[in-house]
Amino acid sequence: MTRIAAGIIAAMLAVAGAADTPGRAAGRVALPVIKIEKGEACVAPTAQMRRDHMQMLLQQRDLTLHQGIREPRFSLKNCIDCHASRKTGSVLGKDGFCSSCHAYAAVSIDCFECHSPLRQAQAAARP
Amino acid sequence: MNPDRRQVLAWGAAATAAALAPGLRLVELAQARSPQEAASKLQRWGLLIDITKCGECDACVTACHEENGITSNARPATDAQWIRKVSLRDTRTGYAQTLPLMCQHCEHPPCVDVCPTGASFKRADGIVLVDKHTCIGCRYCVMACPYAARSFVHETVSGQKADVPRGKGTVEACTLCVHRVDRGATPACVEACGRDGGGAMAFGDLNDASSAIHRRLKSEPSSQIRADLALNTGVRYQGL
Repeated sequence: MTRIAAGIIAAMLAVAGAADTPGRAAGRVALPVIKIEKGEACVAPTAQMRRDHMQMLLQQRDLTLHQGIREPRFSLKNCIDCHASRKTGSVLGKDGFCSSCHAYAAVSIDCFECHSPLRQAQAAARP
Repeated sequence: MNPDRRQVLAWGAAATAAALAPGLRLVELAQARSPQEAASKLQRWGLLIDITKCGECDACVTACHEENGITSNARPATDAQWIRKVSLRDTRTGYAQTLPLMCQHCEHPPCVDVCPTGASFKRADGIVLVDKHTCIGCRYCVMACPYAARSFVHETVSGQKADVPRGKGTVEACTLCVHRVDRGATPACVEACGRDGGGAMAFGDLNDASSAIHRRLKSEPSSQIRADLALNTGVRYQGL
């Protein structure tokens, strides 16, 4: 268990490091595309977001669902609104903000089995 | 504690507040929530449905499906159904009635009792929900619900609404449009019934003595479906 956790942390650090130096040789695996579409700063410093975004999402999800606390700043909808591609309107897809990094780190996410990966504007425009 | 006693306590609190200092309260009274505030036990959301005003239309069902992004796979046996119209007919006299039926948001919900993972739960303000993150799709709750109000999602879902995540392998039911209630709006079915239907449905806080729904429940006859089960439903009917 500890070894797996250490492996995950190592992978995360590798991603964080790789993202800092996009010009570095990609090796066998293509580096993730991290393109922030909107806003100057996220809800927390970048280093903290890279390491702790999953805990923040889990915490917010339980507060929202069980207690009805809908703090717009930390909602998944708000994450998607800033981070979704302006071209596809989604955080998924080849260069999607979520999917490209998670593909690199080989961590599958199932948020979007149920949640909409689309920005509100795009979601509203869909039939 | 019954609502009347609660009201007396609230008046007591208000009187104490006036005696102490203006703006200072020992007990906070129920009021509209900010997004940062948790749902409160002081409130109990519910519906009052006057079925004498309920006609043959299905505006509530259509509005629910639109609001919550429920689409049909053209397989009625397994399609999700959060609200349905039920027709009643007296076999002797032929007297026919129709009513909308959905999750009754019980005070003592059997679906919560039987859930092995704690996914089925009741929020502090009385709304019964499914935490789909912990739902394993066992469907015990579907069997336990006396109102057949819950559905299992059999097929992959796409095109979900941002406020209403839905996915294969989990159980779902009427959420009383919790995402609308949290921003101070009424459920989609109630809005549609008032606009396109007979205005049969009313939404409100059953605990709030100043609300229309509380006053009507206090002064007019109403009933619960399967009142014999003593679940104290949040959805009440008139003219049944």
